Amino acid sequence: MNDGLTDLYQEVILDHSRNPRNFGPSENADRTARGNNPLCGDRVTVFLNLDGDEISDAQFDARGCAISLASASMMTEMIKGKSIEDAKALFEKFLALVTGENGLEAGPDLAELKTLSGVKDFPTRIKCATLAWQAMVAALDGTDQDVKTE
Amino acid sequence: MASNPENAVLTPSFDVERIRQDFPILSQQVYDKPLVYFDSGASAQKPRAVIDAISNVYETEYANVHRGVHYMSQKATDAMESSRESVRAFINASDVREIIFVRGATEGINLVASCWGRQNLVAGDEIILSVMEHHSNIVPWQMIAEQTGAVIKVVPISDEGVLDMDAYNDLLCDKTKIVAMTHISNALGTITPMAEIIRMAHERGALVLVDGCQAAPHMALDMQALDADFYVFSGHKIYGPSGIGVLYGKAALLEAMPPYQGGGEMIDVVTFEKTTYADLPFKFEAGTPHIAGAIGMGAAIEYISGIGLENIAAHENDLLDYGTEKLSGINSLKLVGTAPEKAAILSFVLETVHPHDVGTILDREGIAVRTGHHCAQPVMDRFDIAATIRASIGMYNTREEIDVLVAGLGRVQEIFGR
Ligand SMILES: Cc1ncc(COP(=O)(O)O)c(C=O)c1O
Repeated sequence: MNDGLTDLYQEVILDHSRNPRNFGPSENADRTARGNNPLCGDRVTVFLNLDGDEISDAQFDARGCAISLASASMMTEMIKGKSIEDAKALFEKFLALVTGENGLEAGPDLAELKTLSGVKDFPTRIKCATLAWQAMVAALDGTDQDVKTE
Repeated sequence: MASNPENAVLTPSFDVERIRQDFPILSQQVYDKPLVYFDSGASAQKPRAVIDAISNVYETEYANVHRGVHYMSQKATDAMESSRESVRAFINASDVREIIFVRGATEGINLVASCWGRQNLVAGDEIILSVMEHHSNIVPWQMIAEQTGAVIKVVPISDEGVLDMDAYNDLLCDKTKIVAMTHISNALGTITPMAEIIRMAHERGALVLVDGCQAAPHMALDMQALDADFYVFSGHKIYGPSGIGVLYGKAALLEAMPPYQGGGEMIDVVTFEKTTYADLPFKFEAGTPHIAGAIGMGAAIEYISGIGLENIAAHENDLLDYGTEKLSGINSLKLVGTAPEKAAILSFVLETVHPHDVGTILDREGIAVRTGHHCAQPVMDRFDIAATIRASIGMYNTREEIDVLVAGLGRVQEIFGR
């Protein structure tokens, strides 16, 4: 049956949602930001450590759906070791991927994140995929305001 | 209210297939599958009678109301006032002046909290709510409490979702000025013992506002027997249009309250020195109202009344029992809200799959359910969950649709069981 559901819920995604990487609160993060999805009550907190301009560690704590957990889990793996600028650039690419925007070439550096491209066919779920990323950007910008999906 | 499936005798006059024909949207396909609409608790679909009534207003009898000498204005005014009379009869209020048209339940509650609250609440007074209120019956009270220094007290519920009447009794005291409580919980389906709640409050000299949003489509209402001081509900949940709803209030209370908004229609004489206000119900209806909405809601009430709320309730209770039985048979599924007195709501969680994911998968099967906190975060916290999946039942749902829902949940297990 091709209704997009098996594209959306690929095994990699289920695996990340069941065994999220870099999961749990961090006591000694340099930067922290929370994201909130008032529509479904999902919450995510992103913890970052910085070494100069480089993200030396990333962790997250969350209550959420498979899409948001998988996205956050992959994100923490991907941004570790990246510069602030590169991490933000990755978010832009990821955003283009999940919103299905043309013009931006997804590129090889999205790696495993590409498994989340199925989200583009489920507009109500885009916010689930981007919540942790928005929190990450807020943490990098040092805005202590919680990010909301609205 | 839920009866055992074996004694559920449906009156022959209730023919769900015939009723389904009255709702054009039910023949829609979504993702090439028949629409299975289990979200009437959020907003009900509209029968042809309502759709026709609304287009008929605009095609044959539309003008502004209460202010024209001309033919069309008179026709529109008559139609709107005849809707007000339909509402009065629907809830058996004693006086049509007690029926205030508002935008919906939310505006009705805000009106009472603001107009009655500003006049009657002082620091230290107590407002009693329940933990299972919709946000619209929490936030307006928090706002007025902040302004006046009144304090909010919250009645807890049991693990089944039954209101703790002992705790309620203990909370009631001389400081209690108003009790604002739901008649049926939108998140759990619990029916509260409203007559008893009101009797106990009145014994302590407190007023009661009832949030009847979920009750109005599912049970016959009688304001005189219930003795509610205020009662609110929304048109869109009783198969009528959105943007229109009802505030019922006892005439003496409404008369003593200051107006809500100022403007046209709510005045008697206006000079810059002094303005006197119109009589009920117009004192609370400033500005041009939702004319077609009020008329559409009247048509919805006539439609429901023609079928009979007893017949609707019997059919829905049969589905509730059938659905409860079927869902209980799913291993990893837990029903949230299992009160013995319950109506129209099947709220549940799956052990390993988040409600949002369940909602997406069901959606692709053509099944519309609500997932989330249902604007009732305190009750979600009470059960220590973030969200549930809620299938809410309307008069047009069928046992076959429950089977489709159960099969859809099978697909969820299949996808997540890999
Ligand atoms: C119990 C309850 N109260 C209040 C409301 C608010 O109704 P409305 O949004 O129509 O004003 C709802 C609707 O979701 C409800 O279910």
